[in-house]
Amino acid sequence: MSHHEWTDDQPIVSINNVHKSFGNLEVLKGISMDVMKGEVICIIGPSGSGKSTLIRCVNALNDIQSGSIKVEGLEVNDKDLNKLELRKKVGMVFQQYNLFPHKTALENIMMAPIKVLKQDRAEVEERARGLIAKVRLQGKEGAYPGELSGGQQQRVAIARSLAMSPDIMLFDEVTAALDPETVKEVLVTIKDLAEEGMTCMLVTHEMGFAKEIADHIYFTDRGVIVEHGPPATFFDKAEDPRTREFLSQIL
Amino acid sequence: MLEAFTEFFRQLADDYPRWNFIFFHEPRQWARIVKGLQHTIVLSFACVIFSVIIGVVGAWMQSSPSVWIRRFVQGYIQFFRNTPPFVQLLFFYFALGQFTPAVTGPDGWTQVPLISNIGWAIISLSFFAGAFNVEIFRSGIEAVPESTQEAASALGFSRLQTYTDIVLPLAFRVSLPALNNNLVNLVKTTTQAIAIAVPELLYQSVSIWSDYPSAQYPTMILLFFSFIFLVGILVFGMSRWERSMRIPGYGG
Repeated sequence: MSHHEWTDDQPIVSINNVHKSFGNLEVLKGISMDVMKGEVICIIGPSGSGKSTLIRCVNALNDIQSGSIKVEGLEVNDKDLNKLELRKKVGMVFQQYNLFPHKTALENIMMAPIKVLKQDRAEVEERARGLIAKVRLQGKEGAYPGELSGGQQQRVAIARSLAMSPDIMLFDEVTAALDPETVKEVLVTIKDLAEEGMTCMLVTHEMGFAKEIADHIYFTDRGVIVEHGPPATFFDKAEDPRTREFLSQIL
Repeated sequence: MLEAFTEFFRQLADDYPRWNFIFFHEPRQWARIVKGLQHTIVLSFACVIFSVIIGVVGAWMQSSPSVWIRRFVQGYIQFFRNTPPFVQLLFFYFALGQFTPAVTGPDGWTQVPLISNIGWAIISLSFFAGAFNVEIFRSGIEAVPESTQEAASALGFSRLQTYTDIVLPLAFRVSLPALNNNLVNLVKTTTQAIAIAVPELLYQSVSIWSDYPSAQYPTMILLFFSFIFLVGILVFGMSRWERSMRIPGYGG
């Protein structure tokens, strides 16, 4: 468990033939993909195609029935998995932000490093203030989530994840609940991260954004990956009729 | 000043024998009231604390993955919620009290029970009110969105940390009005400890009017006002607490 031999020339996330059902409903029907360190991948597809479920499986928020998910060599589908080890490596941002409403923006960011990683409070606070600046929210340190706009809350949520110094960030339709005018500020934040070399897996409906920042795009439909490729070829030369139909509706 | 006060009530009792506020002009009866108040306060305070602890722990156990633990908590709630607290007091003191060991008393030769009647009253009433508190906290916990807890687990919080740092502080805020009601009831229910001769306020009052029937109505009036006062303090404290926990931009 403790000494898994992963080196960064191997995929940082390796998903192999994953099957996942909720009761009788099979939502993932044999998904495989590899993500290299520093890569940004976007998963797109119609609602109910299993894309959110897939990235939720990567940090074990959902379990899987069969197949394998390896994160830096750590097998996620392992009964004896130390979930804390996994979650230190993988940060996640949700559609509904899910900030802790009884804590200020700064406290939201500081909580996990202090409580979970037992880091020194003063040192964590300094880092948290740095992160607030990074997501361009200076002056909002003492604001409660209920006092912030959706876009601001989402940026606090991103900072909160980053405070754990993850190697991989998962973004689950993080702009889907936002007002159109605040979508951009969140996308800019994610773009900054991607440009700094953070490995990112995004589920998104923002095609323009996906095209701009993704190294690789996966199109899922009804639990399978229909088609994938780098944005240039994917958007212009999609071969599968399902992909084409989806793109024609959304672009 | 005090002299005039006692003199007034002595005169009132002389003029109108049914209105003998004996505790206001006879120090021995006043001492009984004070002692009764002390016991009522100790009983209320201890039961409030323990019943809240039972509520918090019980609600935590109710979300346990183990079906047996959940059934155990459910059984506890059913028993203590659905039976009269008066009978519970009698049962704890007379039935269970028999089986607890006795120790040598302070005089060196009498045997006294390890758990006194006050101890049993605290245990019994705490479990009684605790059963309601479990349900109160459970409804508060259910009001905390699953997604908020999910965010905590994604950050590496353990189940216990998620409960103590995120779920409980939020659930508390939702539960406070219902908790308030239950604790008010609990303070009033402490009078039932008279069943096992705990010398609380009702016990002392009954003693007074048994000895001095002319003091019956005045003692009842005192009882009412004492409880209005005691419960008033509790409600005041709870609403201060509620206000101090209010989150800007969250809830009502």
